[in-house]
Amino acid sequence: MSASPPVHAKYEVVIGLEVHVHLATDSKLFSPAPVRYGDAPNHDVHPICLALPGVLPVLNARAVEFAVRAGMATHCTVHPRSVFARKNYFYPDLPKGYQISQYEEPICTAGWLEIEADGGARRIGITRIHMEEDAGKSIHDDAVTHGEGTHVDLNRAGVPLLEIVSEPDLRSPAEAAAYLRTLRCVLRYIEVSEADMEKGQFRCDANVSLRLHGEAALGTRNEIKNLNSFRFVEQAIETEIVRQARILDEGGTVQQATRLFEPATGRTKVMRTKENADDYRYFPDPDLVPLVIDPAEIERIRIALPELPDRKRVRFEAEYGLPAYDARLLTADRALADFFEDAARANGTPKSVANWILRDVMQHLKERDTDVSSTRLAPEALAALVRLVDEGKVTAKSARELVPELIEKGGDPAALVRERGLEAVSDGGALEAAAAEVLAANPGAAGRFRAGEDKILNFLMGQVMKKTGGKASPAAVRDILARRLRE
Amino acid sequence: MSRITREEVARIASLARLSLDDDESQRTTTQIGAILDYVAQLAEVDTTGIEPTAHAVPLRTPLRADRAQPAMPPELAVANAPQREGTAFVVPLVLDGEES
Repeated sequence: MSASPPVHAKYEVVIGLEVHVHLATDSKLFSPAPVRYGDAPNHDVHPICLALPGVLPVLNARAVEFAVRAGMATHCTVHPRSVFARKNYFYPDLPKGYQISQYEEPICTAGWLEIEADGGARRIGITRIHMEEDAGKSIHDDAVTHGEGTHVDLNRAGVPLLEIVSEPDLRSPAEAAAYLRTLRCVLRYIEVSEADMEKGQFRCDANVSLRLHGEAALGTRNEIKNLNSFRFVEQAIETEIVRQARILDEGGTVQQATRLFEPATGRTKVMRTKENADDYRYFPDPDLVPLVIDPAEIERIRIALPELPDRKRVRFEAEYGLPAYDARLLTADRALADFFEDAARANGTPKSVANWILRDVMQHLKERDTDVSSTRLAPEALAALVRLVDEGKVTAKSARELVPELIEKGGDPAALVRERGLEAVSDGGALEAAAAEVLAANPGAAGRFRAGEDKILNFLMGQVMKKTGGKASPAAVRDILARRLRE
Repeated sequence: MSRITREEVARIASLARLSLDDDESQRTTTQIGAILDYVAQLAEVDTTGIEPTAHAVPLRTPLRADRAQPAMPPELAVANAPQREGTAFVVPLVLDGEES
């Protein structure tokens, strides 16, 4: 999905995102029912989730701690006092007839997140973060309902959510995606959410509007709901930009509306317009007194916060002498960053270790769609393998062949190298013999080298490597060939 | 002048999914108007410098440790449902746009 250049030349695209994140708690926000995924309908509910008469909500302390952590990690002001409000609307998967949320006094406000965009680093404002409970699930799928009504499953009802609202600071679909990836990375670092989009733990609504470059006032926005993958976010925003640009180009005005993205067609359709916009009749929840957090508790949470990706990246550049690009890739995932650090310390040559992780290990992880912490590959093993290569005891080619096995089964690289007879051949005899054979078999190539065609040496080296089954040390082969050719 | 119009009452009724006939609508408008008049007496108090209060009880929100308890038996959860299939509640078909 490439942005349409004429549209961007004429209009400035203004995007703000609302992200809903499931918190990784064991129990729900206001009820002791378990938070689980994939259970049969209504197997994870409690009278509070069902809004049975007489029940009262009791707030989950860990959810509060997670909200504070998220606020700190996004440079927000964390408010010692916040208020829960009722957001009133009717839907079958909302048994109480209202959602407990925060409205006028959210727990966190006014933060920012730095993203890597086309033009370099950009700071994206975060308006607010508030806590709320998720609704249940309505199942309309005919395969389940056989066309008989709508099924309601309240397992998700009451699962703790953070709603993270950005400022309208994003300027392209690519920036929106970069923001979401950065935000997800931070939330995973601070271990408040697995933020798995497929499980619905990380959901996004996008507000999109256009205005002529240089114009101060914002254009009329449309909100797009139901964006549950990074690809859909980019696709839906791009489609919406094109739609709005066409209206404006024709001299029309954009109608404010809430739209629903339909993955099957890649289009959006109107859910509701401004005229019938929702009126949620928010008011402070009489069942819940204001949430007051002790400043000492806030300080305790701040001190326990792990090193965040931004700071880790800068440290990796300084401490291990890594290029910015490598440092960014290695710190994108906390487990990967830890793995790198352990391996780099065990090996002593961080740059080599970084290269092996980014080039070889990552490729296999991608193919297996897994992360490094769920494999058998120990950081010490990778450190040992890289050392064997750097010391010339095994060729890079042979080492590369061992990576998939180390990832799947683990093991000691040195032992594997011995078992498989993969030791690099660098001793005189075998290489000298192979080189002599190759030169004898390719007199033409040898002649061209002597006539000044240096590049032909690579061909000859390749032939020697072939004869040794890729186990020859390239440096040794080069030396031997060069000497023999000069003789 | 009444503090609330019939149009406002009609809108609130629609938000609350209530259907009022003419007679009910008139009566409700009068009644809500009377309630608003009653509550409006509070506006006579000078509240300069006083923090808004949603609760009269000077309590902090009690917190609960994040420990999951066993869920209730699903059979019990749906026991009173007028219609069910397996352990799912079944409600009349929710159509697109019905939210509006």
